[in-house]
Amino acid sequence: MTTAQRPVAEGLFTWPATESAPPRLIASECADCGLVSFPSAADCVRCASRESKERLLSDRGTLWTYTTQGFRPPSPPYDGPAAFEPYTVGYVELPGELLVEARLTEPDPDRLRIGQDMRLTLVPYTVQDDGTEVMTFAFAPAEEETS
Amino acid sequence: MTEAVIIGVGLHPFGRFAGKPALDMGADAVRLALADAGVTWPQIQGGYVGSYEVANPDAIVGRLGLTGVPLRGVFNGCATAGTAVALAARAIETGEHDLTVAIGMDKHPRGAFAADPSVAGIPAWYGQTGMFLTTHFFGMKINRYMHDHGISHETLARVASKNFGNAAGNDKAWRRTPLTPEEILASPVLNHPLRQFMYCGPNEGAAALVLCRADQAHKYTSTPVRVRATALRSRRLGAFEVQSPSFPVGELVESPTVDASRAAYELAGIGPEDVDVAQLQDTDAGSEVIHMAENGLCKDGEQERLIAEGATTIGGRLPVNTDGGLLGNGEPIGASGLRQIHEIVLQLRGTAGNRQISGTPRVGYTHLYGAPGVSAVTILST
Ligand SMILES: [Zn+2]
Repeated sequence: MTTAQRPVAEGLFTWPATESAPPRLIASECADCGLVSFPSAADCVRCASRESKERLLSDRGTLWTYTTQGFRPPSPPYDGPAAFEPYTVGYVELPGELLVEARLTEPDPDRLRIGQDMRLTLVPYTVQDDGTEVMTFAFAPAEEETS
Repeated sequence: MTEAVIIGVGLHPFGRFAGKPALDMGADAVRLALADAGVTWPQIQGGYVGSYEVANPDAIVGRLGLTGVPLRGVFNGCATAGTAVALAARAIETGEHDLTVAIGMDKHPRGAFAADPSVAGIPAWYGQTGMFLTTHFFGMKINRYMHDHGISHETLARVASKNFGNAAGNDKAWRRTPLTPEEILASPVLNHPLRQFMYCGPNEGAAALVLCRADQAHKYTSTPVRVRATALRSRRLGAFEVQSPSFPVGELVESPTVDASRAAYELAGIGPEDVDVAQLQDTDAGSEVIHMAENGLCKDGEQERLIAEGATTIGGRLPVNTDGGLLGNGEPIGASGLRQIHEIVLQLRGTAGNRQISGTPRVGYTHLYGAPGVSAVTILST
């Protein structure tokens, strides 16, 4: 049986993701000054241009910093499961592009370290009443896949 | 240009006051400040009043007297009180008024702030997926800072222990139970590396100041406190700021605290080496550590030694958050910066009682930082 899935928002990452077309974050690039913005933005905060084009971000980067979330965030806006599982978040540096804030798949802060290689993935962060998994983007430690 | 001086301060206790509206706490603080200055409400010619929870904070005239006074509401996130005092001082400096007030009050419900990300210009998914939390930022900023500058977990615990200890000697503070560094390190991690007892909490309280022209201060007081500089800055592109889904790669851009601090020192003609006592935004213990350097009071990484030596305690050479700071007092947003100034005024007058620092302090410094990347600095002197 296939579980139904949907992205938490349109235009945030490529969807659906497949083995041959892994997920990528959708950013924008200013047509005038080249500033990369994520999520994609109609207005450039560097040069105030309103001309931009879509740009898919690198799916590889390094962990710049991280933290844990040890308590359930206030709802709304959080719409994760009522049974709270602590999670981790961090900023991943995508070289030459930007630093992006994301959930991390590794929940144990002792198994994370600044500078480690990370790879983009998608995770179900909550399940709707009809069983549909709601997907968001996350970064996973890349070393574990090769070791 | 005329200089503004503070001639009266008033502080309603910070904590939880069931059944007491924020406006009543604000009015109490104003009455204390008026009495301290030796003036009456009808003499006040104008003022600025800040609050997050009170939609019309200027309604406080209904408690104080309907004199027709121009009282303007301000809101600038955690820098709200810095804005109120800056504008009240500016009204004197420019000659608009001779006698003004700055008022701040708030009454927040328990727990972390809950808000709709759209009010901050941030998309809904950021809140839905559990990213729209200021506490994440503080955890991530100090985690990176500890990595870069060799700050230990013990140092974070010492900062929190110092501030709770200072609050224990302050009968208007909220968290007055002293905690040892060991007890703080034993509390649950909320946002690695920050633990429960390393965070401040939103709560309730109010504070007010009365300001006048320097050349008229002798009519009211023999101990006026000079407003030497007020500065406010917002975030620049490339700075690592609270509630940022991303930020550009490149040369690290300094925080608005660094920008506001430099501007304030320049305006005041006073350097960080002249500061005798400081009140820094300690939303969490890590923030106090980082803000020591961002406000020029030490170099990055020096905090580890300074804090171990006790330099920032009341008896140390650079006392920080002598009244317990945000950790000990909690954060009613609109009042927080005026509470900081209240403490500096007491210290400069030499009337801080069991919290009084030694010697004859001449220069005091206050600093606020908050979402979405805004900082306010005030430099005061005798
Ligand atoms: Zn541009």
